[in-house]
Amino acid sequence: MTYHINYNFVWQYFDKFYWGLLLSIELAVISILIGSIIGFGLALIYVDGPRWIRRLIAAYVEFFRNQPLLLLVYLVFYGVPSVGGFKYSPTVSFIITLSVYSSAYLVEIFRSGLDAVPRGLLDAGKAIGLSPWQRLLHVRLPTMLRVTLPALGNQFVSLFKDTSIAFVIAVPELTYAAKWITTNKFRIFEAYSVAAPMYLVACYAMFAIFALLERRFAARR
Amino acid sequence: MELALYSLPFLWQGTLITLAVAALVAVFSLVLGVLLGTLACFGLSPFRWTIRIYCDLIRGIPAVVLIFMVYYGLPVLLSFPINNFLAAVVALTVFTTGQVTEIARGAIQSIHFGQAEAGKAIGLGFWSRMIYVIFPQAVRRFLPPWVNNLTDVVKGSALVSLVGIVDLMLAIQQVIGRVYEPMPLYIVGSILYFLINYGLSSASQRLEGHFAYIRE
Repeated sequence: MTYHINYNFVWQYFDKFYWGLLLSIELAVISILIGSIIGFGLALIYVDGPRWIRRLIAAYVEFFRNQPLLLLVYLVFYGVPSVGGFKYSPTVSFIITLSVYSSAYLVEIFRSGLDAVPRGLLDAGKAIGLSPWQRLLHVRLPTMLRVTLPALGNQFVSLFKDTSIAFVIAVPELTYAAKWITTNKFRIFEAYSVAAPMYLVACYAMFAIFALLERRFAARR
Repeated sequence: MELALYSLPFLWQGTLITLAVAALVAVFSLVLGVLLGTLACFGLSPFRWTIRIYCDLIRGIPAVVLIFMVYYGLPVLLSFPINNFLAAVVALTVFTTGQVTEIARGAIQSIHFGQAEAGKAIGLGFWSRMIYVIFPQAVRRFLPPWVNNLTDVVKGSALVSLVGIVDLMLAIQQVIGRVYEPMPLYIVGSILYFLINYGLSSASQRLEGHFAYIRE
C-alpha cells in the first residue's frame, strides 16, 4: 500500500495553522515580557544585594535552568492546581510556566548586562545629580539593553520554539494544529511538512527583526 | 513517603532510559558534529553550503516537531514502521548535531590559521594537522559550550516521552496515573533532573579547569 500525498485537508484547515502560529508568537512575546520583568528585578537585586540573596537567586537560576520545560509544564498545569485547589486555563498555565522558565535565563543575561555598564557612567550620573531611580532608568537600563540585545534575540527565538511543547496541555498553538490534523484527518506527513516551514519562517523573521534592532541600537565597539 | 518509596524503582528505570537516550544522542551528535564542523571549515564549498543550510534549517525548527516528523512522518512515507526509540534518538541526534556542528566550527575557526600553515610547513598531512595541531587547541573552546549543550540534551530527552518511551518523564506520568498525587511526584522528578544536570555542569567546570592551561 502506498501513501498518496494530499494537502487538501491541510489547506482546508489552514486557519488552525495560521491562528496556531499567531498564538505561538503571542505566547512567546507575553512570556518574554513577564520573564524580563522578573529577570530584570532579580538581576538588579543580585547585583546590589547581600551575599545570601545572591545565593538564593543563583539557586533559583540553577534550578529552573536544569529542568526540562515539559516537566515544568506538567507541574504547573496538573501539579500546582491539585495542591492549591484552584484551576486555570491551559494558556494561562503555559504562560506562567514559560515566564518563570525564561526568567531564569533572563536573570543571567541581564546580570551580565548590568555588570557591563561601566562604573564611570554611574559616577557621571551621580555627578550630574541624578537620583538612584533616574540613574537606573536613564543610565543602567539603556546601556544594559544595548549590550544584551543579541542574547535577548536568541533567547526570544528559543522561547518561541519552546512554545511547541504547549500542545501537551491542549493550548491550540501551531504544533497542536499539526497534531489535530494527524489525529483527525490522518494527513501526517502533510501536517508536519507545513508546520515545520512555518516555524522556520517565523524564526528567521524574528532573527531578522533582532538583527535590525541590533544595527539600530547595539553598543558600538 | 511511602509513595515515594513505592515509586522509586519505577522512576529509577525511567532515569536509566533518560540517561541512555541522552548518552546515545550525545555520542552520535558529538561524532557527527565534529566531523561536520571540520568539513564546514575545510571542506569543499558544496559541502560547506550543505552544512550551512542544514544547521540553519535545524535552528528554526522545534525539537518536538522534528521528533513527530521522524516518528509519524517517516513511516508513512517509507511505508514501514519505525521503532519509537530509534525514531526519537535519530530525531534528537539530527537536532543536536546542528548545534554541535556550530560549536565545533566556532572552536576550530577560533584557532589562528597560522597554526595550520605551520603544520603544513613541517609537512603534516591534513588529518595529522587536525589531530596534532588544531583539535588539541580547539578543544578548550569547544568544551564549555558543548557541556552546556549536553544539559540541553538531557532536558530535550524528556520529549521522547511524547512518543511513548518510558523515560523519567513518562515514568512519572505513569506513577501519577496510578496514585493520583501529581505534586510530590513532579517534585521528585524535578529533583532527579536537577541532580543529573547539575552533576553534568559541575563536572564540566572541573573539566574546564583542567583544559584551561593557557590563560588569555
